[in-house]
Amino acid sequence: MLRALLLTLSVVVISHAELCKPDAQNAFKVRISIKTALGDNAYAWDANEEYLFKAMVAFAMRRYSSKSTTQISNVLLCNVTDRVSFWFVVTDSSKNVTTVPGSEVEAAIRMNRNRINSAFLLSDKTLQFLKITSTLSPPVEPSTPAWLIVFGVVLCLIVAGIVFLVVSGIQKRKKKNKESTERENLEEKVEVTVTLENGIPCEVLDLKSGHVNGVFAADDERFTSL
Amino acid sequence: LSATPEVPKEDERPKWDNKFQYILSCIGFAVGLGNVWRFPYLCQIHGGGAFLVPYFIALLFEGIPLLHLELALGQCLRKGSIGAWNTISPYLGGVGVGSWVVSVLVSLYYNTVLTWVMWYFVNSFQEPLPWSVCPLNENRTGFNKECYESTAVNYFWYRKTLNITPDITESGTLQWWLILCLATCWAIVYLCTIRGIETTGKAIYVTAIFPYLVLTIFLIQGLTLPGAREGLVYLFTPNLNTLKNPRVWLDAATQIFFSLSLAFGGLIAFSSYNPTKNDCEKDAVTVAIVNSMTSLYASIPVFSVLGFKATTAYWDCLDRNIISIINEFDLPEESIMRDNYTSWISLLNSSYPEKIARLKLKSCDLQEFLDQSVSGTGLAFIVFTQAIILMPGSQAWAILFFIMLFCLGLSSMFGNIEGVFTPLLELQIVSKSAPKELLSGIICLISFFIALCFTLGSGSYWIDIFDRYAGSVPLLVVAFFEVIGVVYIYKIKRFSKDVKQMTGRKLNLYWQITWRFISPLLLLIVFVAFVTLQMQKPPSYTAWNPKYEGFPMKEEKVYPPWVQAICVLLAALPCVCVPLVALFHLIKKRRSKDPSLVLPEIFSCQGANS
Repeated sequence: MLRALLLTLSVVVISHAELCKPDAQNAFKVRISIKTALGDNAYAWDANEEYLFKAMVAFAMRRYSSKSTTQISNVLLCNVTDRVSFWFVVTDSSKNVTTVPGSEVEAAIRMNRNRINSAFLLSDKTLQFLKITSTLSPPVEPSTPAWLIVFGVVLCLIVAGIVFLVVSGIQKRKKKNKESTERENLEEKVEVTVTLENGIPCEVLDLKSGHVNGVFAADDERFTSL
Repeated sequence: LSATPEVPKEDERPKWDNKFQYILSCIGFAVGLGNVWRFPYLCQIHGGGAFLVPYFIALLFEGIPLLHLELALGQCLRKGSIGAWNTISPYLGGVGVGSWVVSVLVSLYYNTVLTWVMWYFVNSFQEPLPWSVCPLNENRTGFNKECYESTAVNYFWYRKTLNITPDITESGTLQWWLILCLATCWAIVYLCTIRGIETTGKAIYVTAIFPYLVLTIFLIQGLTLPGAREGLVYLFTPNLNTLKNPRVWLDAATQIFFSLSLAFGGLIAFSSYNPTKNDCEKDAVTVAIVNSMTSLYASIPVFSVLGFKATTAYWDCLDRNIISIINEFDLPEESIMRDNYTSWISLLNSSYPEKIARLKLKSCDLQEFLDQSVSGTGLAFIVFTQAIILMPGSQAWAILFFIMLFCLGLSSMFGNIEGVFTPLLELQIVSKSAPKELLSGIICLISFFIALCFTLGSGSYWIDIFDRYAGSVPLLVVAFFEVIGVVYIYKIKRFSKDVKQMTGRKLNLYWQITWRFISPLLLLIVFVAFVTLQMQKPPSYTAWNPKYEGFPMKEEKVYPPWVQAICVLLAALPCVCVPLVALFHLIKKRRSKDPSLVLPEIFSCQGANS
C-alpha cells in the first residue's frame, strides 16, 4: 500500500517535472520586476507570493471557463530565478498528466490581467507574461480638443483689442476734426475782437506813424526773407 | 506789421514716447529667434569658447560700425529707407527699394515661423503633452507606424503640425489649423503695429523684456537639472584648432550681420522717429553689445537643457542594455547599476561572449549624444520639446518656452513691418487723410493671403528657401552699397559733420577707419565667400519621407530646376533693384535733356526739418 502510494507520488512528481520546464508545450514564462515597480516598498518574492500567483492563475482559469475544476495544485511553477522569473503550466485534472492548451490559458490571463496585476501591486510592464501581449488602452480624447479652447480665448482677446484700438482711433479723429473746425471759428472771432478789444482799431493804427518797437525789430532781422 | 513771429512748422512726424522705448525697439528687433537657436549651435560646432574670438572681432569691425551707420542715417535724414536713400542721391534710391523688398519677403515667411510657435503654444495646455505619446494605429494593436519608427516628438512636428509632403514639388493641401494660427498671428501683428510706433512702442515693453525673464527662469531651472554641467562644459570648452578653419570666421561674420538685423531698413525707420539731437553712437554700441550678451546669456540655459537631454538619453540607453542583460542572464534586479555597468560588461563578455553578442547591445556614449547638434526649428520644436517632456511640470515649461519664442519673434516682426510701413507712408501711396490703421490693415491682410502658401504641405520647404536665399545674400549686397553710398557718394566728411551735430562729438578714428575701409572690405569678402560656398554644390534639401529606406533619417534631394530658378530670383530681386533704379534715373535724365534738371541738392542734416 505504502509502496503504491510512493510510486504514484513519484510518478506525479516526475510527470510534473516533465510538464513544467522551460519551453515546454503550453508553458509560459513570467518575469516580475518588483523593485522597478515599488522601489522602497518592494516585497520579497518567496513561497507565499508563489502561492498567491498559483491562486490567481487558478482563479483566472475558473472565471474564464466558468467551471470550478481548476485547483491551485493544478498550476505548476518551475525554474524560479533571482530575476524574478519562472515558468508555469496549468494541468488538467480531468485528463491525467496533460496541460491545458496554451490558447485557453492565454485567453484566461488576458481576461483577468487587471485583477492579477493588482493582486501583486504591479502593472503590465512589471508583471510580464512573455508570450501574452497586452491590449493597449485607447487614448483619452476629450470632446473638444484643448487647443481649440485656448485658441478661442486668444483670438477673442486679440479681436477685442483691435476693435478697441480702431474705434478709439476713429473717435480721436472725429474729435480732432471737431476741434479744428471749432478752432477756426474761434480764431475768426478772436480776430474780430482783437481789432476792437485793443481799443484802437487797426485802421487807425495804420494811419499813425507809429514807433518801431525795438523788441520786434531785433526779431525781424532773424527771419529769412520770404 | 507782423503780428506774431514766424513759428517753425509743427513736426507731424510721430516720435517715441521716450528714449527707452526706442532702445528697446532696436534691441527687440535685433534680438530674435536666431539668438536662441543659431548662436548656441554655432558655438558648439565651432569649438565652443573659441568661437567667441571671431565673433567679437566681427562685432567690432562689422557689426557696430554698420549699426551706427544705419542709426545715424535714419536719425539725420528722418525718413524711412526709400526716402532716405532717395534723399542722399536718387541714383542710390535702389538701395532703399532693395531693403524694402527684403523686408517684405522676410515678413512673409517670418510670421509663419511664429505660426508654428503659436500652434505649439496652444497645444501646451494639454495633459499629457501631445508630443509625448504616439497615437495608436487604426486597429489599436500598436502605435502609429510613422510615429513608432521615428519618435513621438518628430511625428508631432512633421505630421501633426506641418503635415509635410515627401517632396517640394508635391504641394499637399492647406492645413486648416495652421491657417487659423496664421490668421491669429497676423491679427496680433496688426494689433501691435496698427498705428505705427505709437502702438509698437507700448507693445515692445512686454515683448522685449519678457524673454529675458523666461531665459532667467530657464537658466535657474536648467542649472539644477542633472547633466547640465556636461552640456555647459561641452559648449564652452575652447578648441582653438577650429580657428584655423576659414568657415568659422565666415560663420561668425554672417551670424553677427544677420543677428543685428542690418540692411532691413527697419533700423533706419526706427531711428528716423528720433529727435535730431540724440546720441546715436552710444545707442549703436549699446544695442550691439546687448544683442551679443543676450546670445551668450541664452546659450547657457539652452545648453544646460541639451546636456540634460543628452544625459537622460545616455542613461536610457544604459538602462535598456542593463534590462536586456538582466533578462537574458536572469540576474536579480538592481544587481547591475549604471556605475558598475562597464565592469559587468567586461566580466560577462569574457565568460559568455556569444550570449552578449546575441543581445546586440547598443554602445552608449555620452559624447555621441552631446554631439547631436541641431539648430533652427529642429532645436526648438524637436530637441527642446523632447527635453521639456522629461522635466517635472512640463506644461508650465512648454508654455513659458513658447511664449518666450513668440515674444522674441514678434519684436523682430515689428522691425520688419516698420521697414515696410514707414517707406510706404512716405511714398504717399495712400492719401494723407486715410488713417494709418487702414494702411497697416491692408499690409497685414495682403501678407496673410500671400503667406497662406506657406501653410501647404510643402510650406516648410519653401520657408527654408526663403530663409536661405531671400534673407541672406541680398542683405549683404544692400549693406555693402549702404556703406559705399554714405562714405564715398555722400562723402564721409559731410556725414561726420552731421554726426557731430547730432551727438556733439567728432567722429573718432575707429569709426573713420571702419567705415572707410574695414567694413566694406569685410562685407565684400563675406559676400564672395558666402556665394562661393553656396555655389559649390547643387542646392539640395532634406525631405521627411516615411517611405524612404533610411527612414527616420531625412532623405537628401536636389531642387528641381524651376525651384532653383525661384531661389535665384529671390536672391537677385532685391539686389537688382540697386542698379535698376540708378539706370532708371539715368535714362530719365538723358530723356528730359533739360540742363536745369541737375541732381537735386544733396540734403544735409543741418537745419533738418522736413
